Amino acid sequence: MDGSHANAAAAAAGGGEGTQRTLNPYVTGNSVIAMKYKDGVIMACDTGASYGSTLRYKSVERIKAVGKHSLIGASGEFSDFQEILRYLDELTLSDHMWDDGNSLGPKEIHAYLTRVMYNRRNKFDPLWNSLVLGGVKKGPKGDEKYLGMVNMIGTHFEENHIATGFGNHMAVPILRGEWREDLTFEEAVKLIEKCLLVLLYRDRSSINKFQIAKITTEGSTIYPPYALKTNWGFAAFENPSQGAVGTW
Amino acid sequence: MDASSLMGSSSDAPTSGEHRMGTTIVGVCYNGGVVLAADSRTSTGMYVANRASDKISQLTDNVYVCRSGSAADTQVISDYVRYFLHQHTIQSGQPATVKVASNLVRLLAYQNKSMLQAGMIVGGWDKYEGGQIYSVPLGGTILRQPFAIGGSGSSYLYGLMDHEWRDGMTQEEAEKFVVKVVSLAIARDGASGGVVRTVTINADGVKRSFHPGNKLPLWHEELEPQNSLLDILAAGNPDAMVQ
Repeated sequence: MDGSHANAAAAAAGGGEGTQRTLNPYVTGNSVIAMKYKDGVIMACDTGASYGSTLRYKSVERIKAVGKHSLIGASGEFSDFQEILRYLDELTLSDHMWDDGNSLGPKEIHAYLTRVMYNRRNKFDPLWNSLVLGGVKKGPKGDEKYLGMVNMIGTHFEENHIATGFGNHMAVPILRGEWREDLTFEEAVKLIEKCLLVLLYRDRSSINKFQIAKITTEGSTIYPPYALKTNWGFAAFENPSQGAVGTW
Repeated sequence: MDASSLMGSSSDAPTSGEHRMGTTIVGVCYNGGVVLAADSRTSTGMYVANRASDKISQLTDNVYVCRSGSAADTQVISDYVRYFLHQHTIQSGQPATVKVASNLVRLLAYQNKSMLQAGMIVGGWDKYEGGQIYSVPLGGTILRQPFAIGGSGSSYLYGLMDHEWRDGMTQEEAEKFVVKVVSLAIARDGASGGVVRTVTINADGVKRSFHPGNKLPLWHEELEPQNSLLDILAAGNPDAMVQ
């Protein structure tokens, strides 16, 4: 997952006085799931940020709009995400100041972030995040949907569906099986909720408070936080040690 | 990843090592401002170096900060922020906002994250947004919250706050609440203790309060303090344990 590559590098990085470091993250956000659908891109995550094993902050927004055409979602160290948002503010501001009728699309933002993440990693001073960048912008072939991700070591790619953190293991297999090019908004939400629920059951650091966001040619919408119903009504759950005492 | 080891214990020899404020710090918004509260124990390893420290430091007339983690780191951070805010106030001609003060704290905490162990809660009142509380934990994240807890003693308060926190308390309710909350943490956290200090900040100004250790409420398995066993015996009918 996120930490393993950098920990191996940390062993090699001596770091003298004043040189920087490969740190441990302190306040961390969980998985982000995203996919393209018929009208654009949909992105979701929970609103929690953990402090080690403590579920410390429960109303954190980890998906934000960037410019007119993109959404960014982040997992990993929250302070680094806040800093990245400041960099993106600078970027979108100078883009706006050009006043040339053009504005940065998701592909460009993704490329910018990739450079930032990779160069920091080369200095052994990473921004400890996995970032998901999604958006829609008019291109030569009409409205082009874009979805990509970049992580703390600079690995980056584009895909029809993305999940970070635990979502890589739990949500991606579901998405690979059930994603289609022409999902309606309703179908996309149902599919994303299926993934969010599985993460809620199986990821220790997830909480039952989610935010879904979408971006289309009309613009971005981040919906208010909500919780999902969970199902515990299996007969096998009620008395599992009946047939085998001591079982777990 | 064990975050608790960062706040509480130290692997140094039991009576030497860096001064740490094990600490319980709390900040709550009420319907006219904020109340900040903290315990007063500073320890070096197992020894209590200062049993009456003041962990709530002034940044400006209207903004204070609760400090937890390394005593030295948080003192230096508050000194720098006080200095910057003083200049900022002169240049702008009006009191600094709570948002600006907390973002300065965040800037120092974030940019020096590899060298600092400082968890802080910034609270204050300004004419634009009223009472505000900002949490700046390890790493330099900044989050505005209706209430915040921090320090090693805060581990014992998450459940309590989930259960008992209400929005829109009066000043008296809020002050009573934070004293109760900090004293409960002191009861269970070895790294917290001493007195409970509170600072109430609102449109009318700042009020500092002092709640000595012997005036705090008693909790489970704690006994009413006495002057001596002799007094108990003299009172007759003591609870005889062994004949």
